[in-house]
Amino acid sequence: MEFFNSADLLHALPLIFLMSWATILLLVAAFARAASERIMPALAAAGLLLTGYFAARQFGNPASAFNGMFAADGFSAFITLLLVLSGLLAIALSSDYLKRMSLNRPEYYVLMLFSITGMMLMASAADLIVVFLALELLSIPLYVLAAFAQPEPRSEEAGLKYFLLGAFASGFLLFGIALVYGATATTSLTGIFIAAQSGLEQPLYLLIGAALILVGLAFKVAAVPFHMWTPDVYEGSPTSVTAFMAAGAKIGGFAALIRIFIVALPSISEQIVPVLWALTALTLIGGNLLAIAQNNVKRMLAYSSISHAGFLLMALVVYGQDAARFDVVASALFYLLAFIITSSGSWGVVIALEKQAGKGLEFSDYAGLGRTQPVLALAMAVFMLSFTGVPPTLGFAGKFYLFRAVLEGEYVGLAILGMLASLISAYYYLRLIVVMYMQTGNPKIHSERWLNLTTVGAAIGVVVLFFASEPLFDLAALALLHVN
Amino acid sequence: MDFLLQPLNLVIFFPLLGVLALLFLKERESLARWVSLITALITFGISLWVLGLFDAANPDLQLTVVRDWIQVAGWNIRYAVGVDGLSILLVLLTTFLTPIAILSTWRAVEDRVRDFQLFFLLLEVGMLGVFLAQELFLFYIFWEFTLVPMYFLIGIWGGPKRMYAAIKFFLYTMAGSILMLLAILWLGINQGSFYLPDLIAIGGIPADIQYWLFIAFAAAFAIKVPMWPLHSWLPDAHVQAPTAGSVILAGVLLKMGTYGFLRFNLQLFPQTSVQLAPVMGVLAVIGIIYGAIVSYPQSDVKKLVAYSSISHLGFVVLGLFALNQQGISGAILQMVNHGISTGALFLIVGFIYERRHTREMDEFGGLWKVMPVYAVLTLIVALSSMGLPGLNGFVGEFTILLGAWGGGVANGPYGSYLFAGLAAVGVILAAVYMLFMFQKLFLGPVTNKKNEGLKDLSARELAILIPLLVLIFWIGLYPQPFFALIGPAVAKLTASFSGIAYLPIP
Repeated sequence: MEFFNSADLLHALPLIFLMSWATILLLVAAFARAASERIMPALAAAGLLLTGYFAARQFGNPASAFNGMFAADGFSAFITLLLVLSGLLAIALSSDYLKRMSLNRPEYYVLMLFSITGMMLMASAADLIVVFLALELLSIPLYVLAAFAQPEPRSEEAGLKYFLLGAFASGFLLFGIALVYGATATTSLTGIFIAAQSGLEQPLYLLIGAALILVGLAFKVAAVPFHMWTPDVYEGSPTSVTAFMAAGAKIGGFAALIRIFIVALPSISEQIVPVLWALTALTLIGGNLLAIAQNNVKRMLAYSSISHAGFLLMALVVYGQDAARFDVVASALFYLLAFIITSSGSWGVVIALEKQAGKGLEFSDYAGLGRTQPVLALAMAVFMLSFTGVPPTLGFAGKFYLFRAVLEGEYVGLAILGMLASLISAYYYLRLIVVMYMQTGNPKIHSERWLNLTTVGAAIGVVVLFFASEPLFDLAALALLHVN
Repeated sequence: MDFLLQPLNLVIFFPLLGVLALLFLKERESLARWVSLITALITFGISLWVLGLFDAANPDLQLTVVRDWIQVAGWNIRYAVGVDGLSILLVLLTTFLTPIAILSTWRAVEDRVRDFQLFFLLLEVGMLGVFLAQELFLFYIFWEFTLVPMYFLIGIWGGPKRMYAAIKFFLYTMAGSILMLLAILWLGINQGSFYLPDLIAIGGIPADIQYWLFIAFAAAFAIKVPMWPLHSWLPDAHVQAPTAGSVILAGVLLKMGTYGFLRFNLQLFPQTSVQLAPVMGVLAVIGIIYGAIVSYPQSDVKKLVAYSSISHLGFVVLGLFALNQQGISGAILQMVNHGISTGALFLIVGFIYERRHTREMDEFGGLWKVMPVYAVLTLIVALSSMGLPGLNGFVGEFTILLGAWGGGVANGPYGSYLFAGLAAVGVILAAVYMLFMFQKLFLGPVTNKKNEGLKDLSARELAILIPLLVLIFWIGLYPQPFFALIGPAVAKLTASFSGIAYLPIP
């Protein structure tokens, strides 16, 4: 048996390229320190762009590589493109922020790229072992990034907390993998599917294993009740890291969830869907209710990100239904896209207002922004409306497709719950608009070129892409899972 | 370009040109008012052109523009607009009230003038879109979109409790519309189209599902109208909104709810409409009486007018769910009447508020002596609002009562003497609170020294009120042209109910 051939390398090209690029950048950072501080963002962005180019070429010819452990299909290509986008946005948000906060160390970008490779691998993993590897590759750089503002105690706390709880979650995942292996004698996703079809001696092990895998990944996507780390980590981390984490970690986690459940576990959907249903309901209600109580914008956005994980989980609930499966993947991917753009933009506004030592993050610090900074405030208002799902924004299109998938799966109760969650969320999103436009104050902002460009660009994108949601959704619909 | 030059597209999107122009103006620039006013006037002109193109004898949708828009995964979402007898008057009402409301902001809005006008024109786009969209997805977009500018208008330029009122307004309305969105999605999935004429032609929704869909749509519309018991956002929103906002809120936005019933509930779910007509009738009558009774003890004039809206819109809903020619025609005309009369009342309240910065009735008294012109015009508007024969309110309410009585149409159990009788009590109560208000403000001696030096209406204020008064008399004395516009479309609509037997609610 040969371990791999040259075709395999070609299929994994985006991943291999980015990994090598990140390694080279690490060397650059080590040997050309002074220069790298300046050029590192550009180099990292160039690497991501090339990765995106390689990934875009993979659309339409699905393949499996490395003895079926690695899948290169439309799904992984689309996820890679999403990751490239969120990575680019994160770099644009980071470059000036890091200088301002005197955190400008070139390793930052290297860690980010490594984490992105982990996320990409999550989307391509066709074997549970690879899922685990990908998860660790995704997480470990994020732990470091969360603590990047050391010796700031809150950032250190965030890193440590994230690391400890993340390690705990990895344990769950591994234990789940072990149980699934025990039940099916394989870790390959397709193998698990076939084994489950042909009858198991211990079907209970598969079920428990699947539930534990769900717990491990639910931790990564911050679903209630596995969300406890999120607000503290999001608040303590440097804001640019938070922006990246909110988008990237979510993409990675959901990519793995979608592939594992749809490819390997359709046979136990009857038992696992109630669990998913409950998880979704808790996440939707919990995330939104907790967000209402926040007075810190960073924490509010953290809880809001939890609630959006709930919306994404809604799509997963439908996974067991053959008829709706196509729309499940497409609508979840589209929702992710809408979320990434909206979320990155809103973090951009937060970064623009943030001051040293965690100041400038309260709701009251946003008072009067509508008058003093009309453009920035308008952008933030657009993001909040998009989060709420008010037309004409990308967030509305995302919810529209998502709810459609849920209704197609005939989960009317879940759809109503999701609508209620949107309604609750409107309260705290609107509250920020109220503060910005209807209270008086004189907030100072940092006007930085890339930051402004990202925020305004994202706001325009949120509105304009709504009217062009058709090609985007078509692209997401191309992102079919390849089942070999 | 050809697409944009279609008459209906032009009328919907023309205000966007004004928005664009406003974006190039500086903050606080008084030119903004003129740009906005002229834009609104041209839009009104375009809508008159639409009226000229409109064939009143044709009961179907006219001047339609249908384009493919979004095709995803087997769904064909279209851009479709069209106008018929059910909506033409509401379109005209919108384009007519908008410039009047803008003119009323000349003195009232001094802060962030440009932004105010910008939101106002955006609001007009949304409202016109709601009345003209013939495609559920498009309709929903416009429907939700109207929330945003109104939310800012109340929240930024409103009274002391504006933030509370703005959020309440937004959340209440959104609560209803998300249920409607689910129903729209259901229709899209199961009927395979969002295009209203298609959906009506396909029909065949099972009765038990129709029932739930009806309720989901009705939730959105009933909150917007607002029908008792979903009305509690209205007094807050009205009292806190700036005058121009109140005028549009009462004049047009509330009509979006009643229009929604007319366009969607009645046409898409005829079976359930017949079955739930008595329920809607009961709610409408409760609204009529409740609104009138609650109006009476209000000490704030604006609040009084706000509550009276609940009562008046109860009439409209009663007329719609009479499901016969008189009822529905009367309801449509009454939507226009209410827009004119209540719009005028809010303007009148605004005029005195600009002078005295209070709306408490106890602060006033004997204003007739100080401001005779103002008093006379107020009297006419108040009489019109309470339905005095010869003025517009009477025509609408009388036709609705005829419809509710069930006269002329042997349509089974819809007509009810009880509904008509109780609603008529509402007319009497309207006279009580309106006259009471008028008496407190205008009659007797001048009790408050602060009122002695008040100036009577200026030329601008007269220019605002006179077009409304012309319509009040026109509709009151010669409503035939208006009924002629409405009639054929309503006849077509009521014909669809004739074959439906009344069944008990499932």
